[in-house]
Amino acid sequence: MKSIASKARRSAAHGLRGATASRPPIPLAPASAAVLARQHPAQQQIQVQSGRCISSSGRVRQAGSVLPQATTGVLGDGAVNYVPIPEGQRSFKKILIANRGEIACRIIRTARRLGISTVAVYSEADKDCMHVAMADEAYCIGPAASSESYLKIDKVLEVAKMSGAEAIHPGYGFLSESMVFAQRVQEAGFAFIGPPPEAIRSMGSKRESKEIMLAAGVPCVPGYHGAAQDTPTLLAAAHKIGLPILIKPTHGGGGKGMRIVHDMANFEEEVLSAKREAVKSFGNDELLLERYLVRPRHVEVQVFADQQGGCVGLWERDCSVQRRHQKIIEEAPAPGLSPELKRDFAQKAVAAAKAVNYVGAGTVEFIMDAETDEYFFMEMNTRLQVEHPVTEMVTGIDLVEWQLSVAAGNPLPMTQDQVPCIGHAFEARIYAEKPEANFLPDAGRILHIRPPTDAPHRLETGFQEGDEVSSYYDPMISKLIVHGKDRAEALSLLQRALGQYQVVGPSTNIEFLKAVAGHPDFQAGAVETNFIPQNHDELFKVEPIPSNVLAQAALFLSLRETQQSAGVGGTWATLSFKRFGDVSERVYHFDEHEVRIRHLATGIEVVVDGQSEQVNPTLISDTELITQFATSRTSATVIPVGLRLHLFTSGKHYQLQQSPSEVDADASASGQSSDNLTSPMPARVLEVRVKEGEAVTSGQVVCVLESMKMEINVRAGRDGVVGKVGAEKGMVVEEGQVLVVLAKE
Amino acid sequence: MPLLPRPRAALRLASPRRSGPSLTRTLIPQPPPSLSTPRSLPTSFLPSSSEARKNRTHMSSLLSTLDALRTTARAGGGAATTERWRARGTAKLTARERISALLDPASPFLELSPLAAHEVYPDPLPSAGIVTGIGVVEGRKVMVVANDPTVKGGAYHPLTVKKHLRAQEVALENRLPCVYLVESGGAALPYQSEVFPDHDHFGRIFYNMARMSGLGIPQISVVHGISVAGGAYMPAMSDVVIIVKNQGRIFLAGPPLVKAATGEIVDEETLGGGEMHTSVSGVADYLASSDGHAIRLAREAVRDLGKVGEHGRNVSVSSYLPSAGSGNGSQASGRQDLDAIIPADPRQSYDPREIISRLTDGSEFREFKAEYGKSIITGFAEIHGHTVGIIANNGVLLSPSALKSTHFIELCSQRQIPLLFLVNVSGYMVGEKAERGGIAKDGAKMVRAVARAKVPKFTVVTGGTYGAGNYGMCGRAYSPRFLWMWPNAKICVMGPDQLASVMQTVGGKKAKQSVEEQEKSFETLRGRIEKESSALYSTARIWDDGIIKPSDTRDVLGLALELADEEQAGRIAEGGGGNGGRGEIGAEGDSGGWGVFRM
Repeated sequence: MKSIASKARRSAAHGLRGATASRPPIPLAPASAAVLARQHPAQQQIQVQSGRCISSSGRVRQAGSVLPQATTGVLGDGAVNYVPIPEGQRSFKKILIANRGEIACRIIRTARRLGISTVAVYSEADKDCMHVAMADEAYCIGPAASSESYLKIDKVLEVAKMSGAEAIHPGYGFLSESMVFAQRVQEAGFAFIGPPPEAIRSMGSKRESKEIMLAAGVPCVPGYHGAAQDTPTLLAAAHKIGLPILIKPTHGGGGKGMRIVHDMANFEEEVLSAKREAVKSFGNDELLLERYLVRPRHVEVQVFADQQGGCVGLWERDCSVQRRHQKIIEEAPAPGLSPELKRDFAQKAVAAAKAVNYVGAGTVEFIMDAETDEYFFMEMNTRLQVEHPVTEMVTGIDLVEWQLSVAAGNPLPMTQDQVPCIGHAFEARIYAEKPEANFLPDAGRILHIRPPTDAPHRLETGFQEGDEVSSYYDPMISKLIVHGKDRAEALSLLQRALGQYQVVGPSTNIEFLKAVAGHPDFQAGAVETNFIPQNHDELFKVEPIPSNVLAQAALFLSLRETQQSAGVGGTWATLSFKRFGDVSERVYHFDEHEVRIRHLATGIEVVVDGQSEQVNPTLISDTELITQFATSRTSATVIPVGLRLHLFTSGKHYQLQQSPSEVDADASASGQSSDNLTSPMPARVLEVRVKEGEAVTSGQVVCVLESMKMEINVRAGRDGVVGKVGAEKGMVVEEGQVLVVLAKE
Repeated sequence: MPLLPRPRAALRLASPRRSGPSLTRTLIPQPPPSLSTPRSLPTSFLPSSSEARKNRTHMSSLLSTLDALRTTARAGGGAATTERWRARGTAKLTARERISALLDPASPFLELSPLAAHEVYPDPLPSAGIVTGIGVVEGRKVMVVANDPTVKGGAYHPLTVKKHLRAQEVALENRLPCVYLVESGGAALPYQSEVFPDHDHFGRIFYNMARMSGLGIPQISVVHGISVAGGAYMPAMSDVVIIVKNQGRIFLAGPPLVKAATGEIVDEETLGGGEMHTSVSGVADYLASSDGHAIRLAREAVRDLGKVGEHGRNVSVSSYLPSAGSGNGSQASGRQDLDAIIPADPRQSYDPREIISRLTDGSEFREFKAEYGKSIITGFAEIHGHTVGIIANNGVLLSPSALKSTHFIELCSQRQIPLLFLVNVSGYMVGEKAERGGIAKDGAKMVRAVARAKVPKFTVVTGGTYGAGNYGMCGRAYSPRFLWMWPNAKICVMGPDQLASVMQTVGGKKAKQSVEEQEKSFETLRGRIEKESSALYSTARIWDDGIIKPSDTRDVLGLALELADEEQAGRIAEGGGGNGGRGEIGAEGDSGGWGVFRM
């Protein structure tokens, strides 16, 4: 026990307070463990249990290897230890999770740990998903489109009845903030693991929520939330608020219909345009006005309330780094806040929650001016949020466990002054998207995924290799969470873990996240919501591909070809590449680069764009290459996808487009591929514009697809006549599926 | 080889507290368990002696000449011609580029007679205008025969024909599928009398194709360019034909001849283009869009050869990896020493064991009858894992040496062990004593044994091969599977000095010639014979399969021995028995059928 404790101390986020605990501390929140031990002396047995867990995580941390359960189930498996809730309290026996993806898996893991059975629901597209496999029971509730499945309240309730679940966890997104759903769940006799419907309703309306907040003494952005929407009234209000002014649709979200006015002269025009867009997007043209903050930060507080009226603030998170008004890197605590400000935030958040008689997990979002430290209430999210793990890391609390406990009617296990905040945590959201194309969502099959290897981390994901990131749902692949003793340590762990994280399939934002994490301003904690646009050029800087990367790519292909030259053994294999007086040379073209691999009597020579070097490469597996250069040794993982090579080396992901060899180039040119017009990604057919036998010209749009809310035009590659049409309106097509075939000339 | 002492002390230091099992671990690889201790041949070679330095200098000058000539030959018709030729089409590949693309990337390529036709014709004819050699395609060993259109339009000169026929002979003996990369205007008309009418002339190419096809040896043609008149039979006689669109042309007579004969006016593509032949005439089977595409189709055609040549494909893929050996981890040591072992002066003798120990696995050689007939060395060894019986000269052939060789050949033939002749022979002993001892009779025994040995034979001429010694030591006329020359090798009926003086003696002194004139004519004759004895002269005329570097000999032999092994394995698999000598394979009157008719 003693040695376990000392190991745990080393592995703990920091040992300052943990070391003073007489009983084994919990690694992520040693202080809270000590506190708890004092408060709940009856917990001896649980302490012993956590002691065992600590030894496992402590060893892992020390050995510098991955938290082994990270991808499959971190929570409750020993890698993360939460402050346990006292025994002898009421608990559900079985819950239904009305969600999918990582959050469903996340909830199932905690439920498993607590001995609660789980029921999953899934759409037809999700039948092979991780959450379906993990749950004790799973039921299909409809077709792929979420409006036909995950948003169907009736079906969810039907499954709940049938399966005998006692409570329903909505996760985030989908029905999580639907007042109607919360109501229907309760009416049907189930516990809703979330706030009361009334609180959802109050917080769902921006205007109402602000009025409640102002009444509760929570500061709000100076603004106008009046019902009168005529232009003179708005203009008068604008003058009162002062420039710059933000115009926002009352019933909106996601940045649609938002306008910023820097000059009163443009005000009227912007109001009219915002109204038009609001009507189009939300069917309602009501606007509100607010003062616009120039250097705003997004700071939010995790609050937790029980049914007995208890409410605590679980400290704040900074989620300033956003793209398209969506968070991508979150951290806890927010950097640069004074202890007073921190407490202040928590108090105001608790006040906000109490004002709406909140129950369960919620987040109060504030906008903070980075220059003045002034902050204002923005909105309250009445659900468990995507970024909740960073709070869990610094407090040692399993928020899902608390949710289940509170929903079952138990009081909160902690008071405000018992809530710890230890070390620093980051979460990076890995999205299937194209940052360079304004973060356009992407979709497709995950062909290769390797979690970080030796950086301690927690990975929340609902995907594994071979899974499809579907265009029907949110394209978030996973969340990478790290915890360090301070911000600097946590950030370097984040960078290291990102550097080791490999995903091939859909495009991801991992390289972009690396650029953000490595940016000096981000390192300095100078975060604000404009971070990405302000540092756009630096974050999107295109680096030339280093010659050793090109060399490794060619060496990989060469060695793999050697392996693939099937069937020959014996001397003809031993003497591979021997040309007796001639040199066996293979030329590879990547983008505009040329790499030659020459097999000399003395070894392998690699010539990159004319620069030659003798190397000694070894293929240690199908995808891993180790190369001894003249003065360095590097390893790389290479994943070829057709002629596109994904090469991971030195913490970077390079993509190289290989030109086909003379043999393959002609084969593809002569094949029918150019006559087959295919879908570039999984999509739905919006429109087919040609008929069989119709003449088309090169560049003419033959088919319009929709994927990830984007329209894609499929064009004819040459003049010709349509031979066959394989697509029809409304059809769902896979990547590469043939839509239209041009007839042979 | 003495066993290396195990570093027990070092191990103890490294892990002082470990006991038991770890101590018995060996850090240095030990030879596999065997009843006999392997013995590598001793060597008395001193690499830094003045003699060795002199020898090395001599050999390296020969090697650099060889390299320079090969570089020139590889360039085919030269850079300018090649560019002009490329400009006539799109994405055209040269003959060597076609071969490179055809072969598996890691494949070795055993090229035959790259210096053929060197300084033979008034105009240069690099590689005789045709590249031939053995490589691996889709895991199968194949014979590749590629016309070089940049050399006189790929026209068949006498030596082009000879080289083509030799490649087919090698393919036949080793049962290698043939891939012909065709682009040739056919016979070189000025030489028609030397390429057309005789037994081993142009027509023999198609005869061989029919014969091989009949024996189940696939014949695949890729028509990259023009293939006319007699040349049109190259594709027409093949089992499978691939033709490149807008580039390959097959017709018996071109448009001008057609016009002259019938008045019909027709363009080349209509007359014999790929589209016509693949869709109308059926002369070709696959239509390719470019040289590269055609090569891809050829690779696919080889892939579809079914069970043909399959016995060479059954070894696991991983052995292709550079790190994986073929079970003969013990390399012959010091193969670079060979360059310094061969005396710069061809008349100086040397111990052939110094060569043998640098060719065989583990430098081992199990000598047979070492103390008898010492002017010839016989014994067994492995080369790249293949057991071989070696016969090497160590001086002039005497009766006992001839008898010993005969005995050894009989042993190898009985045991199905291939024979390797390392040739450095001035001939059989002459003189009254030798004749009275019946040297002619004993030499004949050896010659008969060589001629009738029922095993594959390989000949490497490491020095001179003169007179009847050439016969006894398996010269070209005795059909070794392969015959290679070292750069220093000499081949002649006798030494130039002897030859010149014999000529003078036999011819009698011309009365009118002064002593100076006689000396001059002697020198002229001697010089000519000297030149005609050289390895370059030989290889230019395809008396051999190429000049190889001494240091490459082991590898070249390894490849060749493996081909022989596989051919034998294939014969056994087909139920032909393992005892058939080469004379029975593909001999006329062989058991083959019609072959594949083009329909």
